[in-house]
Amino acid sequence: MEQERRSIIGWLLGGGLLASIASFLYPAVKFVNPPDMPEASVNEVSAGKVQDLKANTGKIVKFGSRPALLVRVSDTEWRAFSAVCSHLNCTVQYNDARHQIWCACHNGFYDMNGKVVSGPPPAPLEEYAVRVRGEEVVISRRT
Amino acid sequence: MATAARPRLLDWFDERLGLTALREFAAHKTVPLHSATAWYYFGGITLFLFTIQVMTGMLLLLYYRPSPTEAYESVQFIMTRVQFGWLVRSIHSWSANLMILTAFIHMFSVVFLHSYRRPREITWLSGLVLLGLAMGFGFSGYLLPWNKLSYFATKVGTDMAASVPVIGHQVARFLRGGEDVGGATLTRFFGFHVAVLPGLTTLLLVIHLGLVQRHGMSSPPWKEGKTLAQMRFFPNFFLRELMAWYAALGVLGSLAALFPWELGEKADPFASAPAGIRPEWYFLAPFYTLKLIPSHVWRVEGELLGLMGFALLAGWWVLLPFWASDAAGQVRTRWVTGAGVALLAYLITFSLLGYFR
Repeated sequence: MEQERRSIIGWLLGGGLLASIASFLYPAVKFVNPPDMPEASVNEVSAGKVQDLKANTGKIVKFGSRPALLVRVSDTEWRAFSAVCSHLNCTVQYNDARHQIWCACHNGFYDMNGKVVSGPPPAPLEEYAVRVRGEEVVISRRT
Repeated sequence: MATAARPRLLDWFDERLGLTALREFAAHKTVPLHSATAWYYFGGITLFLFTIQVMTGMLLLLYYRPSPTEAYESVQFIMTRVQFGWLVRSIHSWSANLMILTAFIHMFSVVFLHSYRRPREITWLSGLVLLGLAMGFGFSGYLLPWNKLSYFATKVGTDMAASVPVIGHQVARFLRGGEDVGGATLTRFFGFHVAVLPGLTTLLLVIHLGLVQRHGMSSPPWKEGKTLAQMRFFPNFFLRELMAWYAALGVLGSLAALFPWELGEKADPFASAPAGIRPEWYFLAPFYTLKLIPSHVWRVEGELLGLMGFALLAGWWVLLPFWASDAAGQVRTRWVTGAGVALLAYLITFSLLGYFR
């Protein structure tokens, strides 16, 4: 009887201790988990003036909170992609000597359709639509 | 008068702190003397460099500001306006690198001298956790100046965490403080670097050093059964260790003064990763390995395959004391030495390739 009572008290104390530890840990774990920060969805941005970019060059522009790569392939041909490498999230750049897109972090190459040519990237780059409105170059998400 | 007062003062402290027991312990502690005794100094040198890190880190904290708009400028201010600021920062950076180097030397000396054997398995495990923490210090501290290289190194490092199946995304969010590397990441890494990691390291150091005292210095298996000459720890080994620390300080001071640590360009989240980008030297081997793995191997993504390979390698290395002995408790010294040489060869070769290619 005495033994049983002690065992019940032991369980109660142990359970209470575990419950109080859990009640301390739960808010701490929730605290370190960052809250969701909803971003305004961006579907179109102005990437600058036509004359700002020469043929066979590229530049990084802001597309919402992420970088995009705008390439002027020739005087009349433009391409734009998400500049976030599909491998490990580095920001890619245009390689004018190879006419390809290059990620300096792990030497991945993409062609001018965003497809992987060589290196470790596992997926193509997301391609954006480019339109020239007068003097202005506009990049937009493809629907 | 003074001589009479001194023992009384010592007695006063002895009564309260138990100094005699400590003196007794130090008087009986010995270090085995053999051809590889010199390798015993590297654990102490690592500890010494850690104390340098703590001291210089405290100094840097007086001026550093952990926000994307101020971090780079505050380090620039330390290096250009604060008296000896360039030296303090340079010592902090060089000492961090030397500490990881000496920790690696210490680890491999433990392997090649087979000091991980029973009953030192927990000493080995605590040492590996300390090495992991040291690399965590390196990874978190690398971002703090908020320059281009550190920004992309953090992007790559946290994205590697994201590719772990099931929990990867949550781990990456926890590390970054959001979806992308930004101001929240800098604040978190600062918190890890100056509070979380030092706390954990202190705890692990107490365990690791306590276990070293508990088990004493290990002798290599080929010296066991032989009567080895012993050196008294205090003062003989201790004074030699002090000389080693002094030499380490000389090397550190020379490197910091002759090759001041560069600050680089300020991070720009909307700039391309610069050509020639690479992480700190101790992450070069996995960095180069990831560079070599193609996008897909069979149906598995190369990046995931690489991570699985690193995890298996790390697990195998952590469990070394447990697979190093056969069922009869005999240590497979040749296997372990071979494994140590192979790992060392991989690390050196791939680090060099990662640096030069």
